[in-house]
Amino acid sequence: MAEVEARTNTLGRMIAPTEAYPGLMRQILRRFMRHRLAVAGAIIIIVQFLAAIFAPVLATHDPLQVNPIERFKPPLSEGHLLGTDELGRDVLSRLLYAGRVSLTVGFAAMFVTIVLGSLIGVVSAYYGGWVDTVLMRITDIFLSFPTIYLLLVLASFVRPSVISIMLIIGATAWMEVARIVRSQFLTLKTLDFVTAARALGASDGRIMLRELLPNGMAPIIVAATLNVATAILAESYISFLGAGIQPPNASWGGMLNNAQDFFSRAPWLAIIPGVAITLSVLSFNFVGDGLRDALDPRQRIR
Amino acid sequence: MNWNYVVRRVLMMIPVLIGVSILGFSMMQLAPGGFTALYTLNPNTSAEDIERIKRAWGLDRPMHVQYLTWARRMLTGDWGNSFRGGANVRDLIVERIPATVQLMGTALAIAIILGFVIGALGAYRQYSIFDYLATTGALIALSIPTFWFGLMVIYIFAERLGWIPSGGSESLRAGETGFLDRLHHLVAPALVLALVLTAQWSRYFRSAFLEVIHQDYIRTAHAKGLPSGLVLRRHALRNALLPLIALAGMQLPVLFGGALVTESVFGWAGMGRLFLDALTFRDFPVVMAMLMVTSFLVILGNLIADIALSIIDPRIRFN
Repeated sequence: MAEVEARTNTLGRMIAPTEAYPGLMRQILRRFMRHRLAVAGAIIIIVQFLAAIFAPVLATHDPLQVNPIERFKPPLSEGHLLGTDELGRDVLSRLLYAGRVSLTVGFAAMFVTIVLGSLIGVVSAYYGGWVDTVLMRITDIFLSFPTIYLLLVLASFVRPSVISIMLIIGATAWMEVARIVRSQFLTLKTLDFVTAARALGASDGRIMLRELLPNGMAPIIVAATLNVATAILAESYISFLGAGIQPPNASWGGMLNNAQDFFSRAPWLAIIPGVAITLSVLSFNFVGDGLRDALDPRQRIR
Repeated sequence: MNWNYVVRRVLMMIPVLIGVSILGFSMMQLAPGGFTALYTLNPNTSAEDIERIKRAWGLDRPMHVQYLTWARRMLTGDWGNSFRGGANVRDLIVERIPATVQLMGTALAIAIILGFVIGALGAYRQYSIFDYLATTGALIALSIPTFWFGLMVIYIFAERLGWIPSGGSESLRAGETGFLDRLHHLVAPALVLALVLTAQWSRYFRSAFLEVIHQDYIRTAHAKGLPSGLVLRRHALRNALLPLIALAGMQLPVLFGGALVTESVFGWAGMGRLFLDALTFRDFPVVMAMLMVTSFLVILGNLIADIALSIIDPRIRFN
């Protein structure tokens, strides 16, 4: 047992985890499972995803169906498990469909963030010199705006759609990933196996993609997970402030857009979507924390 | 202090500031209908009128000339006039600064004090139930959307309990205004804004204390028989002050973002509200100036943070 740990401790950095040790995946999983909150988070994420995928099956009503007679039905009333909104639309059905928007944007934006950030980080670290200087100054420039200001300006200038919102969030969130990847790769590229690959005649592209990237994967995976949380939050902010996906379609944040106006009559309209956002963001944060401990054996596990 | 480092760090601000202004200026060109959208979308304005407006504002000139003219004006303090009402943009912004500073300052003070207590207790009782709850609580606080937390606070404390006003920065009726009234209005938004900040500060203080209490000089202080309180004050806290300034400087983007959302939910007439309204009404001079002001302050905050860190740790050098 101790011997296995020691081997991965010294070699874990030098060999791509999945290929090298078939047992490593199991170890990572075991360490992850020890993190109870992370496991709970993973379960919540899976449930939310299943709910979003099977929204058409699970929804009891058409989420866009307006019904003036059924306005402001409280939760647990007949036929409406979570009640109805100011237009008589079924809140549960809307929540399910809104989850599709929020989760899609969260994941897609994370993808944009990771690709953009990794690309800039890897190129910056690998080439160094003026390339590094220019790219890092660009990173500084993007970091100089309060994110929400940048998000709102961009979101109010382009026609809001799932694709444009995801691109906007990605375009304002890549900087941290770029910095993480850069510093990770600056250490990696001095290691012997990179020199060995270069001596074998590997091209720049091959070294970056086949040697550096797999070995620098752990922090990227953690950053990606935490990024989904940030992206879901970011989407909820722009939608709440009215610059997101336009009605009648809604994300969780969009459902809260005018909830404040109906506080006294229908507090559940303000409560329910917020719980969905918080649960989702929290779960991704927990899983990210758990993954950080699981993927980096040198860090102490609580 | 290493003045060489400070000067170089200040000079490094310049390319970033130029980049920020170019990025901001380019974003404005993305606006549907451009700068004259207000007029082009109005059926009563003829094509000649629009041409005339464009000439008057210099919008017919090449882009780089427009940028340089605009940049020169920004630098000389001529930030133009609002498209809405024609008020001087600088006056509009300056007028909103006190409200935002009040909100952000109060929230930051609350966050630092709470974060200090929570972080210190967590560190001294590491792995205790309190520590566990505090670290988990911090993660929960970071996961709650600020605007939703604000909505819940308004719902519970204003709508249901009636303890606080549901919004605004002071009472409208005469005779009720004054310091206490403003304080009454400030409590809820400041606490809401402080939530995320408190989470960050408690994490910072926890790890900072964990690091410090295992240092040799602290053990020495204990060993020579100094009381714990004195060790904490004289040895541990003194070394925590500069990182505090540094972290506050780096926290500015979060603070601005949180303030914008909080101001929107609580109807607090600060800079964030000004920016949101300007965006809604496509009031480009205000949007532009606000982008520049906030990013300038963020850059300044980072500069102060870096200088503070370089004083603490002289090993930090320009690279």
